[in-house]
Amino acid sequence: MGFFLETVFGGLMAGMLYALVALGFVLIFKASGVFNFAQGAMVLFAALAMARYAEWFPQWFGFQSLVLANLLAFAAAVATMVAVAWLIERLALRRLVNQEGITLLMATLGISYFLDGAGQLLFGSATYKIDVGMPKDPMMVLENTFQGGLLLSKEDLYAAMIAAMLVALLTLFFQKTRTGRALRAVADDHQAAQSIGIPLARIWVIVWSVGGIVALVAGIIWGSKLGVQFSISLVALKAFPVVILGGLTSVPGAILGGLIIGVGEKLSEIYLGPFVGGGIENWFAYVLALGFLLIRPQGLFGDKIIDRV
Amino acid sequence: MFYRENGQFKSSYRADLALFPVAQDRWALWGLLVLCFVVVPFVASDYLFRAVITPFLILSLAAIGLNILVGYCGQISLGTGAFMAVGAYAAYNLQVRIEGMPLLLSLLGGGLCATAAGVLFGIPSLRIRGLYLAVATLAAQFFMDWFTNRAKWVTNDSSSGSVSVANLQIGGYAFETPVQKYLLCLGIVVLFALLAKNLVRGAIGREWMAMRDMDVAAAVIGIRPVYAKLSAFAVSSFIVGVAGALWGFVHLGAWEPAAFGIDKSFQLLFMVIIGGLGSIAGSFFGAAFIVLLPLFLNYVPHWLGLSISTATASHLEHMIFGALIVFFLIVEPHGLARLWSTARQKLRLWPFPH
Amino acid sequence: MRHFDDTMETPIQEDQISARKCGEVILDVANISLRFGGVNALTDISFDVREHEIRAIIGPNGAGKSSMLNCINGVYAPQQGRITFRGQTFSHMNSHQVAVMGVGRTFQNLALFKGMSVLDNIMSGRNLKIKSNLLWQALRIGPALREEIQHREAVERIIDFLEIQAYRKTPVGQLPYGLQKRVDLGRALAMEPQMLLLDEPMAGMNVEEKQDMCRFVLDVNEEFGTTVVLIEHDMGVVMDISDRVVVLDYGKKIGDGTPQEVRNNPDVIRAYLGAEEATSTKPERN
Repeated sequence: MGFFLETVFGGLMAGMLYALVALGFVLIFKASGVFNFAQGAMVLFAALAMARYAEWFPQWFGFQSLVLANLLAFAAAVATMVAVAWLIERLALRRLVNQEGITLLMATLGISYFLDGAGQLLFGSATYKIDVGMPKDPMMVLENTFQGGLLLSKEDLYAAMIAAMLVALLTLFFQKTRTGRALRAVADDHQAAQSIGIPLARIWVIVWSVGGIVALVAGIIWGSKLGVQFSISLVALKAFPVVILGGLTSVPGAILGGLIIGVGEKLSEIYLGPFVGGGIENWFAYVLALGFLLIRPQGLFGDKIIDRV
Repeated sequence: MFYRENGQFKSSYRADLALFPVAQDRWALWGLLVLCFVVVPFVASDYLFRAVITPFLILSLAAIGLNILVGYCGQISLGTGAFMAVGAYAAYNLQVRIEGMPLLLSLLGGGLCATAAGVLFGIPSLRIRGLYLAVATLAAQFFMDWFTNRAKWVTNDSSSGSVSVANLQIGGYAFETPVQKYLLCLGIVVLFALLAKNLVRGAIGREWMAMRDMDVAAAVIGIRPVYAKLSAFAVSSFIVGVAGALWGFVHLGAWEPAAFGIDKSFQLLFMVIIGGLGSIAGSFFGAAFIVLLPLFLNYVPHWLGLSISTATASHLEHMIFGALIVFFLIVEPHGLARLWSTARQKLRLWPFPH
Repeated sequence: MRHFDDTMETPIQEDQISARKCGEVILDVANISLRFGGVNALTDISFDVREHEIRAIIGPNGAGKSSMLNCINGVYAPQQGRITFRGQTFSHMNSHQVAVMGVGRTFQNLALFKGMSVLDNIMSGRNLKIKSNLLWQALRIGPALREEIQHREAVERIIDFLEIQAYRKTPVGQLPYGLQKRVDLGRALAMEPQMLLLDEPMAGMNVEEKQDMCRFVLDVNEEFGTTVVLIEHDMGVVMDISDRVVVLDYGKKIGDGTPQEVRNNPDVIRAYLGAEEATSTKPERN
């Protein structure tokens, strides 16, 4: 039983990481109607920026403090992501206003390839460390209930708390503020939103910047845990099944979807894996999403899709 | 002045329905075929065949298959690599396990197995569309990656996980040299391109395009959505499966599952987008572009006297790919094929401006 | 106000109209109710359509006219009610089956296949009748080719009828609105339907274009005996060419009868013009 719970906790924590990536995704979809294939690449790009800035700034400016390096690196990384957002809006999105979803999807595919290449060109393609002072040591809980206690990672717990805070902030933003409503209008119909005076270009820069910052947070947490490497963008592909499960337009859905997939993956690997030679983790998320798509395409919390003739 | 239809009148519908109604187009095509079958074998080097021409042909075939699904029927698919894998492994198993199995039958058998997989993974398209379907096809891709890695019987219990094929021959005639392999691929590709073109010009092609453009209206005029979508998946996967089998047998010779991973799927999708969605000729253009670009990127710095590492070249390649995709989607969403047909339109008027 | 009639070459005689409309009931709609969430699009609608007649469905915007056609076509499934077509009763229709049974449809918002030419759009209407399978189509010889040519001939006849020969190879997206509407009609005609559902075929047209469209509709009805169910806002057109009229308002039926009967129905007048006008009678036309 203890092992089962540990697996579940481990899955929850992994799921939280997926959810963080999915958050940026949902944000961009909710507010610009674009299915951002490049979210994973953005996470990698942001993480690379953070890792390298934290490495370079002490060298360039000659100081030792890790905290200062991290702070400056974070600020610089945020600025970088805002610049990326601005460039994406200027060069790509602006010229694809009101195109069909497929066209925008393919465009983000192109952007993701571009960011992959650019990130590695600018920042290098080795594996880098991110050290923001997350505690690495594990902790034991519930020592009285289970023999020896359950092994939990403090780092994962911190990640979960950060993610929860982000979710709360973003949900509030979309539901309660005027800008949030404007963003939802934009997601619905670009041209209509423009015609009632919503400044599309500015909104898009804001949205993609926020998406980029969320990607940065996700990248920092991932990178701190796993090290910044190219495989992050592949793992981030898993964010797609997460948003399918949770609903493309739902912020809490992204979290719930991530948790379900995280736990589901781990459990299926441990308990079903031995029968089929292992490796279920690679496709479990996608097949689960496929199942959902057949039964309930809008996911757990998404808006129902209606076609009008 | 030269490319005009003056004097070319059609007095029957049969004539109007011909593949190339304009005489100049017909001559150009025959000229091209003669060039490919007769001239190129003597002119091109072995390296050129192995590295450029044969892969270009096989990838064009796969791109035609994908174009049918994405360009003509509007069903987005990110799992093309998986179907190529099915074609390759099925053909391999047929070739290796059955004594004296003819090569062509193995290839076709591979295609048929890919068809079965395609129809199976195409079933979600009956309920979901667009980007949701894209995610569903990712399921096919990753599942296939895992399956070809784990299921031992797929690789004939090979210990290393990789398989190889040797001794390609049809009726005693062996295909060993690059030139011979080239001719084999050329023949198959030309045949399939013709069949595909006939399909997309005919009734089923119109059904596919109707589903792409407006599937609700398509149902109302009597098109069966299930048949249209699944037939698109079936035909597309068949062609992609045969291309996969050719890729493994002829181009690679020996391969392992990673050869058909998600990168291949993306590569094919890029070919189809850049070449032109909904165009058979576009598939060729796109394939040529994607095959030539890395070589170009490798050689140009050389010529200019700069030296860049392979890693940098690969990153630049990614960046240029990505930028070009976005560029094409903005400027000419219909790809190189549209640019080509616009050029032909201008040629019809040349030397007059309008 | 019969501006439309004034400019026609030969005004329609009453006996010509009555000679057309003798047929059994081909379509019977009984107690149809359709809801979208909280919105009642249609409430307990019942009417019938006789073979060979031209039946108009009129009503203010949002009355549920297109929804009614969509129910007949199988695009929407009504929550209640029955539809009987040619003796067979259904609780809801299946689009493909309806097409096979011989019902053609045009759309208010022109659901044309934008990526295809005029010829291909109309040819797609023939797909119902094409029998050759995939393999033969790939080879495109023998029976498959003959079939393609045969259907091409049928489509060319329709193109001649609709006078759009010059545009047959043009992508429909490039055509002006009036011509696109003709292509829409052509595509429906290509199915050789027994009943045509036309959703605002004259919308957005000027007087001449409306004349042409009316002529096409009447010709189709007279030459092929096609039953026509037509949604239209132009009262002149409705009064002139239709045999019987159904009036809908807010999803309910408020009038059913000949154009004369409907025109004098106070409920109809109130629906269109408001409560005040219902008390005063409109001036006699012509």
